[in-house]
Amino acid sequence: MANRVTIDEHICKGCGLCTGACPKKIILLCCDKLNAKGYNPATVTQMELCIACGMCAIMCPDSAITVEKE
Amino acid sequence: MTSVYKKSSVLTDAPLTYCPGCTHGIIHKLVAECIEEMGVQGRTVGVASVGCSVLAYNFFNVDMVQAPHGRAPAVATGLIRSLPDNVVFTYQGDGDLAAIGIAETVHAASRSENIVIIFVNNAIYGMTGGQMAPTTLSGQVTQTSPNGRDASIAGYPIRVCEMLSTLDGTTYAERVAVNNVPNIRKAKAAIKKAFDNQINRRGFSIVEVLSTCPTNWGLTPLKSLDWLKENLMPYYPLGCYKDQTEKGGKQDDRL
Amino acid sequence: MTEKVLMKGNEAMAEAAIRAGCLHYFGYPITPQTEISVHMSKRMPMVGGVFLQAESEIAAINMVLGASAAGVRVMTSSSSPGISLKTEGISYLAASDLPCVIINIQRGGPGLGGIQPAQSDYNQATKAPGHGDFKVLVFAPSTVQEMVNTIFKAFDLSEQYRMPAMVLGDGLLGQMMEPVVFPETVVAPREKPWATIGHQEQRSPNIINSLYLQAEMLENKILERYRRYDQVQSKETESEIYLTEDAEILLVAYGASARIARGAVDFARKLGIKAGLLRPITLWPFPKKELVAAAENAAELLVVEMSMGQMVDDVKLAIDCSKPVHFFGHTGGVVPSSAEVLERIKELAGRNGND
Repeated sequence: MANRVTIDEHICKGCGLCTGACPKKIILLCCDKLNAKGYNPATVTQMELCIACGMCAIMCPDSAITVEKE
Repeated sequence: MTSVYKKSSVLTDAPLTYCPGCTHGIIHKLVAECIEEMGVQGRTVGVASVGCSVLAYNFFNVDMVQAPHGRAPAVATGLIRSLPDNVVFTYQGDGDLAAIGIAETVHAASRSENIVIIFVNNAIYGMTGGQMAPTTLSGQVTQTSPNGRDASIAGYPIRVCEMLSTLDGTTYAERVAVNNVPNIRKAKAAIKKAFDNQINRRGFSIVEVLSTCPTNWGLTPLKSLDWLKENLMPYYPLGCYKDQTEKGGKQDDRL
Repeated sequence: MTEKVLMKGNEAMAEAAIRAGCLHYFGYPITPQTEISVHMSKRMPMVGGVFLQAESEIAAINMVLGASAAGVRVMTSSSSPGISLKTEGISYLAASDLPCVIINIQRGGPGLGGIQPAQSDYNQATKAPGHGDFKVLVFAPSTVQEMVNTIFKAFDLSEQYRMPAMVLGDGLLGQMMEPVVFPETVVAPREKPWATIGHQEQRSPNIINSLYLQAEMLENKILERYRRYDQVQSKETESEIYLTEDAEILLVAYGASARIARGAVDFARKLGIKAGLLRPITLWPFPKKELVAAAENAAELLVVEMSMGQMVDDVKLAIDCSKPVHFFGHTGGVVPSSAEVLERIKELAGRNGND
């Protein structure tokens, strides 16, 4: 089982701070997806590279990210 | 699976009403986490101020009082003098704390009121649409300094931590930033120290948090973090400006 | 009941507050009410209470807000210019449904004005103690004993109806010394289910707030508050009548002016003029019904105030302008004399010169 990052796309405001914080650069804003508030939510592209450092979650102003370690 | 990070229980379920990428959200989390980790949620009373964080009473899972603009330290004084065993904090922006409320800020510090002030400094008035703040930098363009802040008209920015450090009543004053994860961790440590001072009745603590305002700075959230580092940090250096925690002790005799 | 003592009005009110269970006072010096602060600074430490001289009247009223939110009995005091500073805070207190007592020892105004007695803050107290649609209880005692009793009542009613209470005095009442007996000391009940004292993880958070961005919600809040005000009006209005049953000239005056007017009524009666006095004791709620009843047989009304005439408008409104309402007063700190008021009564009674 890999480390798991869950991003609540209803809460996410697409601010992009997590994309800058991730040391593995595996978070992107989905430019082809809009949530109900009109934001492009963030998503983890390659979960298998996640090291569960939690930095994305620490950075997220909206507590939209939960990180679990294997 | 073990949890590496989850939302603090001291934050409510209400979605934050701040702009995307606004660092208010990060600071809210740090305050909430400290209250939770120190086990004082049940006896904490927060004072919300007027500014972007005016709705803070919706976001913290503690008793909250809404104060008039600038007066949060006075409201906090009334609370802590009535409830000396409680934990009282204010959460204020740069207009609230350093413009209209500067007298209340200075006097709460000089009286060494046993409160924590969380001071969110983003060098601009966010809620009202981006006007000049007492902490706006010289040359910085805002809605009311459209040609850049000109010292000959509008004077110079105020360095709050430095100013309050001259007062004997200030127990602890530290300036931190939330532009990257290492700084966020240091900011949390400072906030925790401030709450620890409060719990141990050591008097007045203030943590000034350099923050961003992407909307009114006209930058993306990520670029705002860079702007903070390149422009705010040189004028407002991070660090501890006053630490009298060793002096510490109860202030029961005053109450 | 305690023994009878001779006390200055300001000090008596401060002492009364402590005995009424108020153990938190925040104030700022301003003539002619500084004695209240000074008395509190001496007495509060003796009773384990809190006295704090704030950095301004604005800071003081906001400290009152915090303490009231914490559920304690709390008071502040000032004089006219200082009350102006407090008006934003008073609006927030009323809008947050918080109890407290605010003493205004009025002085000559406007502006820096003077330090002699006046009654020119009546409109401010009863119509606009702050911005927005709200009222505060307004009491107008006229003796030192009544000032003491009023303080006890102000705390009780303020808590009962969850609204600020203002005690409107003036420099004359604040400075004069009269014998006073204090009621039994009260230990104020502290438990208020709405107070922000920390939820102890036993309940959801209490929020003391006045911001309602949804207009309909704000309107409903105000309407609910005004229903409470209706109850106050029907139950707590107070006034005193003196020789009004057959009065043909009805004087209306409050506070120190009422004492002056009463003296003039006595002189007038000796001259065979049927004068009487209605003394409002609550200025809000205003004793409309009582005034209408007292004015029944009167041909003229004469309002006496230490101002350019503020309560006089409420008198006219109360009787629907059904009879002539005259005004006599002085302002700027000048105190009218009973002799001057008597001259006016004589004019109205249709007499000339000395009689």
